Amino acid sequence: MRIRLFRHFREGIKNLVRNGWMTFASVASVGITLLILGVTLVIALNAQQMSSYVAGQLQINAFFKMSATPAAEQQTLAQIKALPGIKSVQFVSREQGLKDLQKTLGAQYNTIMDGISLKNTLPDKAVIEAVDPRQTVQIGEEISQLPTIDHIQDGQQFVDKLFRFLDVVRNIGLAFVVGLIVTAMFLISNTIKLTIFSRRREIEIMKLVGATNWFIRWPFLTEGVLIGAIGAAIPFAAIWAAYHWMYVHVGGAFLGLVFPLMAVSVVTAKLAWILFGVGLFIGVWGGIMSVRRFLRV
Amino acid sequence: MIEMQDVWKEYPNGTPALNGVSVQIGKSEFVYVVGPSGAGKSTFIKLMYREERPTRGHIFVNGFNIERLKHRKIPLLRRSIGVVFQDFKLLPNLTAAENVAFAQEVIGVPVRQTRRRVREALEWVGLADKADVLPSHLSGGEQQRIAIARALVNNPQVIIADEPTGNLDPESSWGIMKLFQRINDRGTTVVMATHNREIVNTMRKRVIAIERGQIVRDEAKGTYGYED
Repeated sequence: MRIRLFRHFREGIKNLVRNGWMTFASVASVGITLLILGVTLVIALNAQQMSSYVAGQLQINAFFKMSATPAAEQQTLAQIKALPGIKSVQFVSREQGLKDLQKTLGAQYNTIMDGISLKNTLPDKAVIEAVDPRQTVQIGEEISQLPTIDHIQDGQQFVDKLFRFLDVVRNIGLAFVVGLIVTAMFLISNTIKLTIFSRRREIEIMKLVGATNWFIRWPFLTEGVLIGAIGAAIPFAAIWAAYHWMYVHVGGAFLGLVFPLMAVSVVTAKLAWILFGVGLFIGVWGGIMSVRRFLRV
Repeated sequence: MIEMQDVWKEYPNGTPALNGVSVQIGKSEFVYVVGPSGAGKSTFIKLMYREERPTRGHIFVNGFNIERLKHRKIPLLRRSIGVVFQDFKLLPNLTAAENVAFAQEVIGVPVRQTRRRVREALEWVGLADKADVLPSHLSGGEQQRIAIARALVNNPQVIIADEPTGNLDPESSWGIMKLFQRINDRGTTVVMATHNREIVNTMRKRVIAIERGQIVRDEAKGTYGYED
């Protein structure tokens, strides 16, 4: 038998309107759940983007021993170049290094820097980039074994800390979401039970005149679907608007220096899939749970 | 049409309701089911449209084997039966026509066809002019006519009625009984549980009397037989 979706959705909407407050509670519950899920998701997506961006920026600073002669340094540079997976090697002399430092610190420290420049104790260094940023650590270790190299510095520690922090954020977010999903399902299921209760006479008559169980179930499932969809649409719109605002006002200027935000269209596309997917899942599941026990013929 | 073979029914709480009932009701028969309250009349009727399941025994209705009937197939059995109750069981927020149409909507009849059939059913019970009235604005007799129109609209082979005149005054009751007679005249089987002695004794039909869960009397053109 064909499923008359139009009729079932009409009935579902009627149900929602009939128990307005419970509908509101369920929609709000789904909405809050998905809002937190969505925000966590946006953070996670950007964190991912950020870590690959940061990793891409990673360089190895290899500092030469003060005792190394220029000839030995040149030989070492050639050795480094010959290693597999090296993208570029750049020599930075101690004089250049001092200028760079001066530039980073800014003009107000110029007098101090001038004093230091008379007695430059900075070592020469090589700045190395790996083809694959994930190999940075391994390459760094190889380089540090070279006889003219005193020590090396890579961004690994920074990245590790960053990742650990982002993992914690994500896990807390997910724990919240799991708890909230259970609450949301419970509320939806209760809303639908209320409808079933208020319509039990109708259901009784439907059964008597020979309605199939699916015909009776459908309106309650559409009710769940509608709660899920509305509950997803509201946080989706909110996050979209907020993210768009942030991208326009903040993304380019402030954080742009450290890492770029993900494009709005990419984030919202993923957000739409996940929020509506989870929302509909919660709704349908809530519907099935409440209908199952009540419709035993 | 309807056949029961040594049917027993005991409710989950241990109350025995039927103790070995065997009966055959043929096509186009008109049968009264009488007996004291609590004797098992309602159980007897509910078993026919699979509202209850027998604890033991075999039941066949309109070619359906009730004990073997899968849950999925129950709606098909119900569509071959029209059921009428003492309390009408109309939906208060639907008009007379909508109440009748409900039975068609539920089994997936196209709207246009429903409209025609609903009009015919309402004409058949003599309430074509009350199509758009809510049940609360109808008399008891009129409400029962709407319920009968709803039971008829899907063209069942059997009409089962549980005390259809129980809530009605004598005059309305007779109107309803004439309707059942006409239903029966077109070849539909009618099974009616009743306490109405006057009706049973006047409109003589086959009478099945049930006491303490057993059939104690089954006679053609029988009488009510209780003093109550």
